Amino acid sequence: MNLLLNIAVDGIAYGMILFMIAVGLSVTMGLMRVVNLAHGGFALMGGAIAHWLIEKGGLPFVGAAALAVLGTVAIAMPLERVIYRKIYGFGELQQVLATIGLTFLIIATIDFWLGSSLLGIPLPETLQRSVDLGFRQLTAHRMTVIVVGCLVILGLWALLERTRFGILLRAAVDNRDTASALGINTGHIYMATFALGAGLAALGGILGAELLPIDAYYPLRYMVLFLIVVAIGGLGSILGSFIAALAIGLVETAARYVLPDMATIITYTLVILFLATRPQGIMGRAS
Amino acid sequence: MKEFRMMTALAAVCTLGVTSAAADDIKVGVIAPFSGPFAQYGTQYQQAIEAYQALHGTTVGEHEISFIYKDVGGVNPDQSRALAQELLIRDRVDYLAGFTFTPNALAVGPVITQSETPTVIFNAATSAINKESPFYLRTSYTLPQVSIPAAQWAFEQGIRTVVTTVSDYGPGIDAEVSFKTAFEEQGGQVLDSIRMPLATTDFTPILQRVKDDAPDAVFTFLPGGPPTFSYTKTYNENGLRDAGIAFLGTAETEEVNLQGLGDMAIGLNTVYHYSPAHESEANRAFLTALTDLHPDAVANWASVGAYDGVHLIYEMVKATGSDGPAAIEAVSSLKWESPRGPLEMDPETRTVIQNVYIREVARDANSGLLQNVEKGVIATVGDLGWTQ
Repeated sequence: MNLLLNIAVDGIAYGMILFMIAVGLSVTMGLMRVVNLAHGGFALMGGAIAHWLIEKGGLPFVGAAALAVLGTVAIAMPLERVIYRKIYGFGELQQVLATIGLTFLIIATIDFWLGSSLLGIPLPETLQRSVDLGFRQLTAHRMTVIVVGCLVILGLWALLERTRFGILLRAAVDNRDTASALGINTGHIYMATFALGAGLAALGGILGAELLPIDAYYPLRYMVLFLIVVAIGGLGSILGSFIAALAIGLVETAARYVLPDMATIITYTLVILFLATRPQGIMGRAS
Repeated sequence: MKEFRMMTALAAVCTLGVTSAAADDIKVGVIAPFSGPFAQYGTQYQQAIEAYQALHGTTVGEHEISFIYKDVGGVNPDQSRALAQELLIRDRVDYLAGFTFTPNALAVGPVITQSETPTVIFNAATSAINKESPFYLRTSYTLPQVSIPAAQWAFEQGIRTVVTTVSDYGPGIDAEVSFKTAFEEQGGQVLDSIRMPLATTDFTPILQRVKDDAPDAVFTFLPGGPPTFSYTKTYNENGLRDAGIAFLGTAETEEVNLQGLGDMAIGLNTVYHYSPAHESEANRAFLTALTDLHPDAVANWASVGAYDGVHLIYEMVKATGSDGPAAIEAVSSLKWESPRGPLEMDPETRTVIQNVYIREVARDANSGLLQNVEKGVIATVGDLGWTQ
């Protein structure tokens, strides 16, 4: 019984971190249909800026995190205008090559700026405390991630389904030509959505850093993780990514409790089996 | 990186000039990663080599010693062998050095045996490498050399039950096996041995299991950087520290990433052969030379491995110039004072015999930086894995 509770708590906490680091990709690659392998690069940017602001600027965690997310958005917007606008029109393979190239650029820039060692993002005292759940301890940080994860999914749902921007975005994504013929400024919509994706990537990088620490090679190290979450969830579905992240978190955590030596093999085997039987993912539309 | 390119260019230019001029030039080819995720190793080696040359000059007797750096990228045995051949045939180097990863070191075995080129391993720590060619010399360490003393020290401290958690790859398994054998020989009990997949990102389940087993200590082996960060974080947060389960490691708290670990690293115990906090004249001289040249440089075991490796090469050149077999013979039981403490070559294993230190992470009162403070020493340990 205790084991099941442990698996549930740790699985959800881990799954929520996976969701936080992948949700930005779910926006750019899922909604905007651009194979954005540079997603991890934006997460790295956010983490690196937060690290720099806290360590060198002496800012408190929350302020640094907010500024880092804004900073990443500020870098992403001109990037969208100059580079991504061209990438949208590419074929899938060219998108892969272009965005992986961008990833290498970001890695080299961070390496040049801050070096290739760990870039710690120290948490405030309140988030480091362990909270007693009765049968075990969980850190305040992980509970915060769970809460923020829930807020992000609710916020995105409201934004996409309940606002005018959401309607415009869905229209622009489904048929860009018709949307712009109807007078929708698709360029602005795309830029705003891309900025949202980059901002979420940065937020995920910062909040997930306790588990997936930031260093210059972050984007390459965890690229497979982001992609698995989005692929299992189904392209274009934020809810799908959410369910997928929690499922992967639970499966991997259960495997680590029961058969730690085999945990990676078990998880990836299940991923392969799932994608073989349902290639469009949990919530994806069959093509 | 730019600096490295310039160095290579410089080295290449020097080489061009020299082949026609003085035959009395000794060239050393350094094969290491200078780009990619492991570039830190190459940087550490190069900085240490420059520090050694700043302290001891670039000439030995009539010989001018120069280094040629080659980038192997990462774990890439084929590239390692190709670079070794290129260095030996085109650049006509007299010595090889570097080698961060075991497969890269093993790959050059047949080549150096054929060309009779003394090859100094700065890092690769698998015991069996030196059996593959009589021309390997090693100035780093081997995993049994630090894991076995760790087991013995733990038992002396009154620790009777241990769970081992190691990353599931060659070095991790070496560490697990040596630790377990030694600890059980002492009369201790290893409750569980968990091998963690290299891709593990969340260590909570594993450490929760350790906590439920309630051992006196947890012994671990992890690659430096991100895995160590998450592991120690979880160790603290899941209450293993509060439950009195001692942390026992080897290289986990290495200096390049130590500051990134932050306060959670304070109090962690490791058993290892070098800490820049080592109190000695030789170490201070090394660190001063290093930071004079590179103000941002952080010394760790890779730096000291290279520094001592260069010393070995200088001694070989001093004794015999560039005669490979004679050079190996000349230093086969060399003794010297290294920044890490007294060192001695073992003629059989050709790995250094050295002190192994018991260290604890603490904050330095002056600089405010974290460091590995030596609080005990196990004198002169050889390569305990040689006969395993």
